[in-house]
Amino acid sequence: MKEYDIVIIGGGPAGLAAAIAARDNGSESILILERDKELGGILNQCIHNGFGLHTFKEELTGPEYAARFTEQVEKYKIEYVLNTMVIEISPEKVVTAMNREEGLFDIQAKAIILAMGCRERSRGALNIPGYRPAGIFSAGTAQRLVNMEGFMPGREVVILGSGDIGLIMARRLTLEGAKVKVVAEIMPYSGGLKRNIVQCLDDYGIPLKLSHTVIEIRGKERLEGITLAAVDDRGKPIAGTEEEYSCDTLLLSVGLIPENELSGAMGVVMNPVTSGPIVNESLETNVEGVFACGNVLHVHDLVDFVSEEAAAAGKNASNYVKNGEQKPNGREIILEGTDGVRYTVPSTINPERMEATQIVRFRVGNVYKNCYIGVYFNDERVLHRKRMVMAPGEMEEIKLEKEKLLLHPDIDRITIRVEEA
Amino acid sequence: MEKRELICISCPMGCPLTVELEGQEIVNITGYTCKRGEVYGRKEVTNPTRIVTSTVKVEGGKSDMVSVKTREDIPKDKISECVKALKGITVKAPVRIGDVILSNVAGTGVDIVATKEV
Ligand SMILES: Cc1cc2nc3c(=O)[nH]c(=O)nc-3n(C[C@H](O)[C@H](O)[C@H](O)COP(=O)(O)OP(=O)(O)OC[C@H]3O[C@@H](n4cnc5c(N)ncnc54)[C@H](O)[C@@H]3O)c2cc1C
Ligand code: SF4
Repeated sequence: MKEYDIVIIGGGPAGLAAAIAARDNGSESILILERDKELGGILNQCIHNGFGLHTFKEELTGPEYAARFTEQVEKYKIEYVLNTMVIEISPEKVVTAMNREEGLFDIQAKAIILAMGCRERSRGALNIPGYRPAGIFSAGTAQRLVNMEGFMPGREVVILGSGDIGLIMARRLTLEGAKVKVVAEIMPYSGGLKRNIVQCLDDYGIPLKLSHTVIEIRGKERLEGITLAAVDDRGKPIAGTEEEYSCDTLLLSVGLIPENELSGAMGVVMNPVTSGPIVNESLETNVEGVFACGNVLHVHDLVDFVSEEAAAAGKNASNYVKNGEQKPNGREIILEGTDGVRYTVPSTINPERMEATQIVRFRVGNVYKNCYIGVYFNDERVLHRKRMVMAPGEMEEIKLEKEKLLLHPDIDRITIRVEEA
Repeated sequence: MEKRELICISCPMGCPLTVELEGQEIVNITGYTCKRGEVYGRKEVTNPTRIVTSTVKVEGGKSDMVSVKTREDIPKDKISECVKALKGITVKAPVRIGDVILSNVAGTGVDIVATKEV
């Protein structure tokens, strides 16, 4: 059986950044396994600009951002194999993969980095009886068709869900000559980034209908039209608000979900809120030597933060291989989101093992204006930061300092909350 | 005095900006996190521009399409003319990142460049 110190599952931005950081930290034996025909992950189909301002201080398109990392991987001569699907990982860190040339094969790893990204939530979201005529696509599938294959899914389009992919596709299809009639969102706020609403809808006069959903689909062979209705605060359609739209295409942009079948099957414990693994400050899962980063850990909107998080996972995996598991004295502090904070990554933090500063990322469950982020060490508030706006579509972060944590040896719980002014 | 509420789109942070105008004159801009936000706010009320991205066909490459962008921002009202100008263009592989696909698109003085190697 082939052996590697670090095996990385997935060659998207997370896998690439993790590999580079592990090499920078001195690891030589690294292998990336990617099921697609090229490295770069979802970035290959995201041809729009807006990637990398935080990292590179310029605004790149998805493929350009990916190229920065693939070039580095090539330069470092980090090994990778394409067209290779990982189908199983054992708790003993034997990775089983499959490709055309070698068939089924096993690789023994000392450390594993999970970087499989996420997939789109499916049609199940379309909770209506009746036919499913041709012309209904997930927004990501449509993005792939248009951007990679040059194929237009239709001429008259309605988009259900205001996730970023749907917004980006509203603009793309409009520019390609289609008529995007409306974007309907069942929630009272958009799930996408503000900038995408401005740039993709407002710029082109495409209406965004919040608290609206599709209640009827017309057409047998090919989609002919849909009916929208307003919903009440429990998501139930309100009679009398129905509006009919004719359209040949319906795109579903109802969110992303981390792709964790492999992780679950090997015994990695999941956080039900994120559908990603529960990790400690090293981004290590409950299975020793197995780390997670990027969209498989929690769905990110900004690739810069994916790269940053993945670099930390790569470095930690590399240190794990060099030094073995560091079992520090002292307690693991539990990190918790309450009062509007839905989750935190990581879920626990060990003050002795942590680096000088630790980034904690989280999302809020609603739109909050003129509020504060409160951070509590047990019951004592140690941070009170003003925020103009917070929305579920945008990831938030705070930094914790090792020095401060060491000064409070009695803390066993850190809580992050949204506090109204 | 007129107040215009904008969202900076120079990066995905999307900071909320407030531009205060005295007639045509900008008297104050607030809400930005970095310098680019101020520049954006100034420009958006006087001369709004955008980067435009699209794809064109490729022959003989590892994919059938190559992604492209305007090397710099172009005026917002030139966007659809720019996209039209790209229709029907086919380039031959190999294409490298930064290769000029079409120069001076829609008379803007800005080139269309490839954003992917094919
Ligand atoms: C439509 C869209 C628009 C976006 N717009 C922006 C933007 O404007 N700015 C910005 O900064 N960010 C944006 N993002 C976010 C950013 O692109 C993602 O957060 C980032 O790509 C996630 O990286 P990842 O490596 O975790 O996942 P991915 O890019 O999904 O990579 C995961 C990789 O793992 C591989 N894989 C999965 N399972 C297996 C397996 N079993 N075996 C082998 N390989 C496997 C996949 O093939 C894939 O290549 C956008 C995302 C999307 C979807
Ligand atoms: S002000 Fe700076 S940080 Fe804020 S959106 Fe604009 S470019 Fe991004």
